[in-house]
Amino acid sequence: MIAELGHYALALALLLAFAQTALPLLGAQSRDARLMGAGAPLALGQFLALAASFACLMHLYVINDTSVLNVVQNSHSAKPLLYKITGTWGNHEGSLLLWVLILALCGAAVSLFGRNLPSALRARVLGVLGLISVGFLLFTLKTSNPFERVWPPPPDGQGLNPILQDIGLAMHPPLLYVGYVGYAVTFAFAIAALIEGRVDAAWGRWVRPWSLAAWAFLTAGIALGSWWAYYELGWGGYWFWDPVENASLLPWLIGTALLHSAIVVEKREALKTWTILLAIIAFGMSLLGTFLVRSGVLNSVHSFANDPERGLFILALLMFYLLGAFILFAWRAQAMVPTGIFAPVSREGAIVLNNLLVCSITAVVFVGTLWPMFADALMGLKVSVGPPFFNAASFPLVVPLLLAMAIGPLMPWKRAALWPVVQRLWWVAVLALAGFVLALLASGERVLPAIGFAFAAWVIGAALADLAERTGLFRVGLARAWARAGGLPRAAWGAAIAHAGVGVLAAGLAGMGLAHEKLAALAPGQSMSLAGHEWRLEEVRDVVGPNYTARRATISVIRDGQVVHVMQPSRRWFPVARQNTTEVSIRTNMMRDLYAVIGEEQDGKAIIRIHYNPLAPWIWLGAAIMALGGGLSLADRRVRVSAPNRVPKGAVPA
Amino acid sequence: MRVLLILLALLASPQALAVSSPADMLPDATAEARARALGREIRCMVCQNQSIEDSEVSLARDLRLIVRERIVAGDTDAQVKSFLHARYGDFVLLRPPFSWANAALWATPLVALLAGMGLILLARRRAAPPALPPLTEAEARRLALLDIQDGPRA
Amino acid sequence: MSGLSRRLLLLAPVGAAAAGGIGFYAALDRQRSGEYNPRNVPSAMIGRPPPDFTLPEVADSGIAPFGAADLRAVGGPVIVNFWASWCVPCIIEHPQLMRLAREGIPVFGIAYKDKPEDSLRFLRQHGNPFRRLSRDEPGRVAIDWGVYGVPETYLVDRQGIIRWRFAGPITPEILAQDLRPLLARA
Repeated sequence: MIAELGHYALALALLLAFAQTALPLLGAQSRDARLMGAGAPLALGQFLALAASFACLMHLYVINDTSVLNVVQNSHSAKPLLYKITGTWGNHEGSLLLWVLILALCGAAVSLFGRNLPSALRARVLGVLGLISVGFLLFTLKTSNPFERVWPPPPDGQGLNPILQDIGLAMHPPLLYVGYVGYAVTFAFAIAALIEGRVDAAWGRWVRPWSLAAWAFLTAGIALGSWWAYYELGWGGYWFWDPVENASLLPWLIGTALLHSAIVVEKREALKTWTILLAIIAFGMSLLGTFLVRSGVLNSVHSFANDPERGLFILALLMFYLLGAFILFAWRAQAMVPTGIFAPVSREGAIVLNNLLVCSITAVVFVGTLWPMFADALMGLKVSVGPPFFNAASFPLVVPLLLAMAIGPLMPWKRAALWPVVQRLWWVAVLALAGFVLALLASGERVLPAIGFAFAAWVIGAALADLAERTGLFRVGLARAWARAGGLPRAAWGAAIAHAGVGVLAAGLAGMGLAHEKLAALAPGQSMSLAGHEWRLEEVRDVVGPNYTARRATISVIRDGQVVHVMQPSRRWFPVARQNTTEVSIRTNMMRDLYAVIGEEQDGKAIIRIHYNPLAPWIWLGAAIMALGGGLSLADRRVRVSAPNRVPKGAVPA
Repeated sequence: MRVLLILLALLASPQALAVSSPADMLPDATAEARARALGREIRCMVCQNQSIEDSEVSLARDLRLIVRERIVAGDTDAQVKSFLHARYGDFVLLRPPFSWANAALWATPLVALLAGMGLILLARRRAAPPALPPLTEAEARRLALLDIQDGPRA
Repeated sequence: MSGLSRRLLLLAPVGAAAAGGIGFYAALDRQRSGEYNPRNVPSAMIGRPPPDFTLPEVADSGIAPFGAADLRAVGGPVIVNFWASWCVPCIIEHPQLMRLAREGIPVFGIAYKDKPEDSLRFLRQHGNPFRRLSRDEPGRVAIDWGVYGVPETYLVDRQGIIRWRFAGPITPEILAQDLRPLLARA
C-alpha cells in the first residue's frame, strides 16, 4: 500500500512537472500574468509530491518491507536503523529519487525566495527546472522505479554493502546532490536569460547566491567523500583520481569559475556571455557525472549500476539538455550587449585569469578521465592514465592560480597597476619564504612539501592582507580597524575565509607529503616505534556487532613513558554480504593524525600498520573552511536584498 | 552479465587479507622505499584503479614481491618497469609512457591554456567601445564655437 | 572578429557536445554488444612466443605436464587455459573446453594457485578436457604470460606464436565468433 502510494506520488510529481514546464514558459512568452504565476504553486506541489514519495520509500526501508524489490536488493533486517534510513539513497533507484526530490526542493526554493524576481524571469526559471524534472522523472518511472514489487517476498533482504554502512558515506550523497542539482538552478537562470535576451546586474545578483550555495555543498560533499576514503579504506589515501571522483570534481571546478565570473556580471556587467556559457557547462558536467556513474562505460570502483540500457536514457537526457542549451546559446548569445570594459590588469582581469586557469585544470581532468574510455571503446587502445598524470599535469596550472589568488582580491576594479599591489603583499611574501625555509629545515630537506607550505602561507597571508586592507588596519590602527571589521559585508569575510581555506587545504596536502608509516607483525606485548612514539599491541580480541563479527586490536601509544592514546583498529566480517571491512583507528589533535590498521593474524602475531600523518586533518578542515566561506557569503544582506522589480505592479512586463 | 562474471572471476582469487606482510618488505630501508615508490606507479591489474601498493589482492602482492626481487637483483627503475610492461603492456604503468597517443594527453594543460588565451584575446578585440554617433549640425557648430573660445592648442 | 568566425565560435560547444554524444553512444553500443569492456586489458603477448617455462604435474592426475618446448612440439594450434577449482566462471566455461577437446583440438591446462587435490576434484566433477596439465601454485609463470585473473585462455599457433588471449569465461558466442576463425587460420 505504501509502495503504491509512493509510486502514485511519483507519477503525480511528473504530471505537475509537465504543467510546471508548459504553463509558465507559455505565460512568459505571451506575457500572461496568470500563467506565469502558475509556476510557483506547481513547483511547491511537485516538491510536496516528491517529499511524500521519498517518505514512503524511507518508510519501506525502515520496516524492511521485503515485497519491494529495491528494499530486498539493498537492505536487511539486521541492519542498524540509521543505515536502514540512509540506505534509502545508497542504491541507484533511491538515489535517483533523492536527486529529483532535491531538484523539486530547489524549484520550491525559487518559488518561495524569488518572489521579488521579475515574473517573466521567475516563470522561465521555473519552467526550465520543470523541464529538467520531467526528464529525470520519466527516467525514474520508466527505468528505475524504486517501488517495484517482488512476489513472493523473500524472507529477508540481501543486505547493504558493508562499506556503505558508515555515517560519513551515508551523508556524502545528499550533500553532493544538493551541489549537482543546485547547478540546475543556475542553468535554468542562464536559459531564461538567453530566452529573454537580457543579462544585467540584477540577473547576476540572483545567480550568485545559487552558484555559491551549490558550490559550498559540492565542496562539503566531495570533502566528506575524501575523508571517508581516508578513514575507511585503510591505507591512508584520500584521493585516487578515480573516474567517478573526477566526475564530481569537474562540476566543482567549473562551479568555482562560475561563482567568480558571476561576481563580474553583478558588479561590472561584463563577462555576460561567458558566464552564461559557464552556467550551462556546470550543469552539463553534473549531468555528465550522472551519466558516467550510472551507465557503466567507465572503469571505476564506484560505479552504481553497469546498465547500458539506463545509460542510453541518461545519454539522451544529457544530449537533450546540453545540446538544446548550446543551440539556444549559439542563437541568442549575440543579443547580449557587452557593456563593462576593463583593463587586462584589474580585478576583473584577475578573475578572467582565475577562469582561464581553472578551466584549463578542468580540461586536464576531463581529458584524463574520458580519453582512456574513448580510446578503448572506439579504437581498442588501452591507454593508462593514473594519479601520476593528473598530479603532474595539473601542478603547472595550480601554481600560478595560487599565486594570483593572493593578488586578485586586492586589485581595484576596472583598472589597476600590478606592481603596487604586489608591493603591498611584501610581508606575505616574507611569510611564505619563512614558511619555506622552516619547512625545509623541519622536514629534513624535503623540497616539494616545503614548497607546498610556502604556498599555503602565501595564500593564508594574502587572505589576511585582504581583510587588513579592507579595514585599513595598517592605515588607521588596530582599534579603528576593528570597528570597521564589524561593518564589513559578510561577502568580504566569506571571500577571505574561503581563500584562506584553500591555503589550509594546501598546507594539509603538503603535510601529508611528510607522512611516515611502518609495518610490523606484533605479538601481544610487543611494540614498535614511529615518530617519537612507542606503539604497543596489548591484545586482539573478538567483538560482535549488530550485523558483523570483528577482530579488534588494542594498541597503547606511549610517549615519554606515558600512555597518551589507546587505539582500537579492527577488521569486521559481515556474514550476509560475505565481506570484510577495515575499521581504522585515528587519533587526531588537529595538527597530526595517528593512524593504525590491523591486518591478518598469523602464529599469534597480528600485522599492524601505523601511520604518522602531519597536518592531515587540515585537508578536510581546509575544505570545511572553504564551504563555510561560501556559506558566509550567502548570508550577506546585499545578496538577499533583491533588486526592485522592474515591472510596476499591474502592468504587463516589457 | 559477462562483466559481472569476469568481475567475479577476478574477485574470486584468494585474497591476502593484509595489505602487505612485514615478511614481504625488504630489509634495506632505502631499497624498500624505492620499491614502494615504484609500486605506486604500477597498476593493480585486478582492481585497475589502484596501484599495487594500495591493493589487497593476491596478484598485487605477487607483483610487489617481483618488484622487490628485481630491485635486489640490481635492476634500475626503468628495467623493473619494462619487465612488467613486457608482460602486461602499457596499461600496467600508471604514468602513461610517452608515445604519440599519449603525447596529446600530456599536452592538454598547454593546449587548454593556449586555447583559453586565444579566446580571451579574440573577445577583447571584439569588445571595442561602441562607435559614437556622428555630431548633429547644432552640435558641430557648438564644438566650433568652443574651439574658438579655447584658443589655439599647442 | 568577423561575423563568420564569431558564429563558428558560438557553434563550437554544439559541435563538441554532439561529437561527445556520438562517441558516448558508440561506447554504450559496443558495451552492450560485448565489444567494449572497460575492465578488459589487451594482452602484451600477442604476436610473441610464449615465455620459457616448465611446470610440474598435478599429482595423481595421470596427465603429463608441459613446458614451452612442448607447445612448440605440437606442430599445430594449441589452446592454453589458466584455471582454478576456486574460480566460479571456470565452471561456466568448462563445457566449451570439453567441446574443443572432443573436436580434437589440443587443450593444455595450467592450474593457477590451486592445490592438486582441489584441481583433481574439479576435473572429476566436471570432466577433463586437458591433453596436458601443469600446475602453477606460486603463480609466477602466469605472471610471465601476463595473466591477471582466471579464467584466461590463449591460442598459440603452429609456429608457436600467441595469437589470441581472452580474459574471462569462454562462452559459446566467443567460441563461434572469435576463436573458430582463428583456429581455422592458425
